[in-house]
Amino acid sequence: MMTRRALDIWVGFFLVLGLGATMFLALKVASSATFAAGNGYVIKAKFDNIGGLKARAPVKSAGVVVGRVSDIRFDNESFEALVTMTVGREFQFPKDTSAKILTSGLLGEQYVSLAAGGDTANLKDGDTVKITQSALVLENLIGQFLYSKAAEGNEKK
Amino acid sequence: MIARVLSALEALGARATGMVTRLGLAGRFFWIMLRVSGTSFRRFHLTIREIYFAGVLSLIIIAVSALFVGMVLGLQGYDTLVRYGSAEAVGTLVALSLTRELGPVVAALLFASRAGSAITAEIGLMKTTEQLSAMEMMAVDPMARVVGPRFWGGVMSMPLLAALFSAIGIFGGYLVTVQLIGVDEGAFWSQMKASVDLHEDVLNGIIKSAVFGVAVTWIAVFEGYDATPTAEGVSRATTRTVVTSSLAILALDFVLTAFMFRGT
Repeated sequence: MMTRRALDIWVGFFLVLGLGATMFLALKVASSATFAAGNGYVIKAKFDNIGGLKARAPVKSAGVVVGRVSDIRFDNESFEALVTMTVGREFQFPKDTSAKILTSGLLGEQYVSLAAGGDTANLKDGDTVKITQSALVLENLIGQFLYSKAAEGNEKK
Repeated sequence: MIARVLSALEALGARATGMVTRLGLAGRFFWIMLRVSGTSFRRFHLTIREIYFAGVLSLIIIAVSALFVGMVLGLQGYDTLVRYGSAEAVGTLVALSLTRELGPVVAALLFASRAGSAITAEIGLMKTTEQLSAMEMMAVDPMARVVGPRFWGGVMSMPLLAALFSAIGIFGGYLVTVQLIGVDEGAFWSQMKASVDLHEDVLNGIIKSAVFGVAVTWIAVFEGYDATPTAEGVSRATTRTVVTSSLAILALDFVLTAFMFRGT
């Protein structure tokens, strides 16, 4: 039979190992909600079409992640999508910043890209981004392409 | 003919009532166990001993299986993802599948067959050799002295084992894809970090493993305590522990997943 001391040492070792693994998962593997309500501010934007944008998608500016999409709703008055984003406090954007929905890579996830404007006043908590550009919907694009091809064909005849 | 149908119905009914009765017994057993837990905790070194048997001794099997599971995930994930030109996403694939599903579920299955069966066999054998009755004769409550520490030891070990499983599995995936195949290390970790969420993925995985821990150890101690006190009865109870807890893990996993990841 093991002494109680050896037992305690082994169990302590096990606890340290298990907590270490949890810390590893929390710090190295997962990104904690850095842009949670506590240290971020909320901005909104209306889009005609958000494509495949999902809640928790990144908000990037110049390619750097500055926040996350926290909520997506349908606005029943303007018939647009209302996207709520939480942006880190350390990132301030001018009032005339524009937002567009882009795709990372050909088949990658969609994200919101913020392009800073030239206004001297900054966006505040709860403000709405006025200038937006919708997501590129592949089907529409192919449709347009086919229509223009067909039109070209008619001209040639 | 009618008599045969009737007897078949009777057998079915008897099975059903038997199952419901056992479920009720297990529920009452659980309640009594919680009630005497205070007494169990007063002699905490008993629980520590059980953490040693259920947790520390399961470390090797958990670590080795996790390493292999992670390496296989890395290989398979790379093989599929490289066709779409996104081999760097293999880190995401390995981390998400481990933290969300494989870590808690496989660790719990291993835990059920490694520690759960041992708990059942030990308690069943104690019952067979009338050690439990002897304790009662000495006014020692076997629920507090034997069952409580084993239950809590298992419940405390399970989330730690699952976290270890996920961490070691991710390391195994890293070894194969980054060190062996040569996926870019920075992209591997940064893509993983970008898509694994602390709350959604890691915390939900830990909650899952805690639920599995309660289910597995509960089944194990109950089956042991409820075993027919014969050699055959103990062996049956041990088999039932492994079968029932494996099924319980998979069914609970579905229910929990349905609640946690509805796909936003």
